[in-house]
Amino acid sequence: MSHHVLSLLVEDKPGLLTRVAGLFARRGFNINSLAVGPTEIEGLSRITVVVDVEELPLEQVTKQLNKLVNVIKIVELDPSQSVQREHLLIKVRVDNTTRSQILEAVNLFRARVVDVSPDALVIEVTGDSGKVQALLRVLEPYGIREIAQSGLLAIGRGGKSITERVYKS
Amino acid sequence: MTAPAIPAPDAPAPAPPSAKKDAPPILTGSGQVLATLEKLGVTDVFGIPGGAIMPFYDELMASTAIRHILVRHEQGAGHAAEGYAAASGRVGVAIATSGPGATNLVTAIADAYMDSVPMLAITGQVFSTSMGTDAFQEVDITGITMPITKHSFLVTDPAQVPATLAAAHHIATTGRPGPVLVDITKDAQQKSAPFIWPPKVDLPGYRPVTKAHGKQILSAAELLGAAKRPVLYVGGGVIRAEASAELLQLAELTSAPVVTTLMARGAFPDSHPQHLGMPGMHGSVPAVLALQESDLIVSLGARFDDRVTGKVTDFAPHAKIVHVDIDPAEIGKIRHADVPIVGDAREVIVDLIDAFRAQGATPDIAEWWTRLEQLRVNYPLGYSEPEDGLLSPQHIIQRIGELSGPEAVYAAGVGQHQMWAAQFIDYERPHAWLNSGGAGTMGYAVPAAMGAKVAEPGRLVWAIDGDGCFQMTNQELATCTINDIPIKVAIINNSSLGMVRQWQTLFYDGRHSFTDLNTGHLDGENTTRMVPDFVKLAEAYGALGIRVTKKEEIDAAIQLAIETNDRPVVIDFVVSRDAMVWPMVPQGVGNSQVQYARDHAPAWEEE
Repeated sequence: MSHHVLSLLVEDKPGLLTRVAGLFARRGFNINSLAVGPTEIEGLSRITVVVDVEELPLEQVTKQLNKLVNVIKIVELDPSQSVQREHLLIKVRVDNTTRSQILEAVNLFRARVVDVSPDALVIEVTGDSGKVQALLRVLEPYGIREIAQSGLLAIGRGGKSITERVYKS
Repeated sequence: MTAPAIPAPDAPAPAPPSAKKDAPPILTGSGQVLATLEKLGVTDVFGIPGGAIMPFYDELMASTAIRHILVRHEQGAGHAAEGYAAASGRVGVAIATSGPGATNLVTAIADAYMDSVPMLAITGQVFSTSMGTDAFQEVDITGITMPITKHSFLVTDPAQVPATLAAAHHIATTGRPGPVLVDITKDAQQKSAPFIWPPKVDLPGYRPVTKAHGKQILSAAELLGAAKRPVLYVGGGVIRAEASAELLQLAELTSAPVVTTLMARGAFPDSHPQHLGMPGMHGSVPAVLALQESDLIVSLGARFDDRVTGKVTDFAPHAKIVHVDIDPAEIGKIRHADVPIVGDAREVIVDLIDAFRAQGATPDIAEWWTRLEQLRVNYPLGYSEPEDGLLSPQHIIQRIGELSGPEAVYAAGVGQHQMWAAQFIDYERPHAWLNSGGAGTMGYAVPAAMGAKVAEPGRLVWAIDGDGCFQMTNQELATCTINDIPIKVAIINNSSLGMVRQWQTLFYDGRHSFTDLNTGHLDGENTTRMVPDFVKLAEAYGALGIRVTKKEEIDAAIQLAIETNDRPVVIDFVVSRDAMVWPMVPQGVGNSQVQYARDHAPAWEEE
C-alpha cells in the first residue's frame, strides 16, 4: 500500500461530502485523512484526501470520483512537487520541573504554546508528517493528554493553480 | 446517447391572465414540474399519488400532453419506466410520494443503474420546514439513492425546478445513461415563481466524452488487422448508443465473429452467420470458447461482468483487449485494457471502420472460423424433453419467439426462464429484448412489459415470466387491464424458484431448501398444490387466463394470446421442474470448464 494525496475541486453542494465518503466506503477504499474547505472561487470547495492504495485501485478511485457530478477536477499531488502540511493541537501535562524542557522542545520544533494552565500546555504545531510525528515522540514521555489533528493540506508548488492542471489519466 | 438534453422551446409557456406581455408566467412549483416535463418532450409517466406529491398530481390532472399511468405499486412504476426506456430509447419517468412511496422505487432505480437505463424518478418530499424532524412519511431519499443513481437532487425552491429537472434529464440521457432522482419538497411544489425556459443548466463537473482519441482508434484498427483469432464482444452499450447498424458494418468488414451479452441480445442479428450467440455462465459453447481462445477481444459497450468472465484470472488468457466504453471507470476495472478507448459506441465504431478501411488489411482468420464452425456444429444450443412427461420450458419459449417474430418485444423476469428466453428466442433487432441483467431483479417482467407496450403500442409485447417472479409484481395486471395495455404474460410455471433449485440440484446434493412454490400441477406423480391458481388470478384481474399442460395445446394458446388485444393475457404453462439451463459454467471456475450438459464438457483445445 502506498500513500497518495488527492486534491478534489468540487462544487459546494449539500451532501457532497456524503457522496465522496460513501463512494470510498462502497468501493472499499480507505481514507487516511480528509480536509475540506472553501477555495478562492465562490461556490467551489477543495477536498484534500489521503488514501492508502496501490496504483491500479487508485486509478479506479479517481475514475469513480470523477463520475460524481459535483466533482470538477481531481489532481494527485506528488510530495516532491507540492507542499504538504498537517496541523495539530496537543495538550501535554506539565509541572514545574518539566515546563522548561517542554518549552525548549516547542522552540526547537518552531511550534507555539497557545494555552497555559498550571498543569498543562496546549501546543500548536504545523508541519509535514515527519516533523509532527517527531514532536509527538519528544512530548510523549511528559504525558500527552489530548490531540486534535487536521487532515493533511496540500498545494502544488510553483505558479500553476489546480484549475489549470489535468489529472493524469 | 447523444441527443440534445433540452429540446428547443416548441411552444410558448401558457401565459397567466394577469402577466404583462413577455414577462415569464408565474407558476407554482408543481406547475413548473409539469411545464418542464412537457418542454423536455415527456409524453408518458408512471406513478402513484400520495401526501407529499399531491400538489403535482393536482396539476397533472389537467395535462393533455402527458399520459399518466396509475400503477398499483411504486416498484411497478419504476420497472415500467425502465421497460419504456429500454423498448424505445426514450427516458422513462416514474413518480412517487415521499417515504415508502420513494423507497418502493429503490429496487427499480438500482436496477436501472446496473443496466444503464435512462430514467427520471420524481418524488415528493415533506415540507422543507419539517425535514430532519422524522416527519410523517419522511425519508432521505436523495441520500438513500446516492449509490444507485447517476445523481440525486433535492429541490426546495420552485424557481429551481426547471433547471434541476432539465439537468436531471440531461444527466440521465447522456454519457452512460442511468437513473436520476429529483426529490421536491411539498412547499416547493406549492409556492410560485416565474417560469423561465430554457433554464440555465450548469454542470461543470459533468462532461461525458463521446469522441475517442484518434491514436487509440488507429491502435485498435491495427490490432484488428493483425489478429488471427479476433472476437467482437458486444455489450448493452451498443444498444444504448443505437450503434447496431454500424456494428453490422464493422463485423462484415472485419469478418470477425460476434458475441452478444445478455444485455446486448438483438444488438447484432441472431440470424447473421458471424453471430456465435451469448457468452457467459449460460452462454453458447461457441461464444464462450471463442472468447476463451481468442487473441483479440474488442469489447464494445460491455463491462467484463463476472457472469461473462467466470474466474477472471482464467478468462481469455491469450487475448489482447481493446476496451471501448463511454464510462472511463469501466475500462481496466476488471481486465487490463491494451487499448483503452473512451467514447460513444457508435462514434467509436464509425471511426474504427474508417481506420480499418484506410489501413487496407485483410485479416487472415480462415483457420479461426474453421475452429468456430466446428464448435458450432458440435455444440449447438439444444435441450432434451423432460422425462416426467411435463412440458419442456425451452420448447414453449422457442415457440413464443417463432410465432411472435422479431418485431415483438420480449421482457423476461430473472432465473431459468430468463436464460432460456435469451437462448431460444431469435433476436434480430435492438430493443426487442428487455431484462434485468446486472441487478437480477425478480419481478421485472410484467411491469417492464407494460412500460414497453405504452412506449410501443403497435408492437406485440410478451412478458416471459417465472412463477416466482410473477408473484412479485403481478398486481400491475390491474393497471394493464384498466389502462388498455394488452400485454401477454407467459408464466413458465415449474412451481419452484427454478434457478435456485437447479443450483441446489447441482451444488447442494439435491437438497431443495425452500424453493417449492406450490403453484404447479394437480395430478400425476409431480402433484403440488396450486396456490395461487394463475388462471383464476388472471381472470380476477380482468385478463384472459389460459392453462397449458399438453404439448399439442402450446401453439393454439400462443396464437390465442397473440390475437387477443382487448385485455391482457396470462398463459400458465405448467412445465417440468427438472429442466435445467445448459450450457453452464459453474461459479468460481474458468470458462474453459463450460459444461455443455450435466457432466459433459466440450473438447477444449489446450495450448
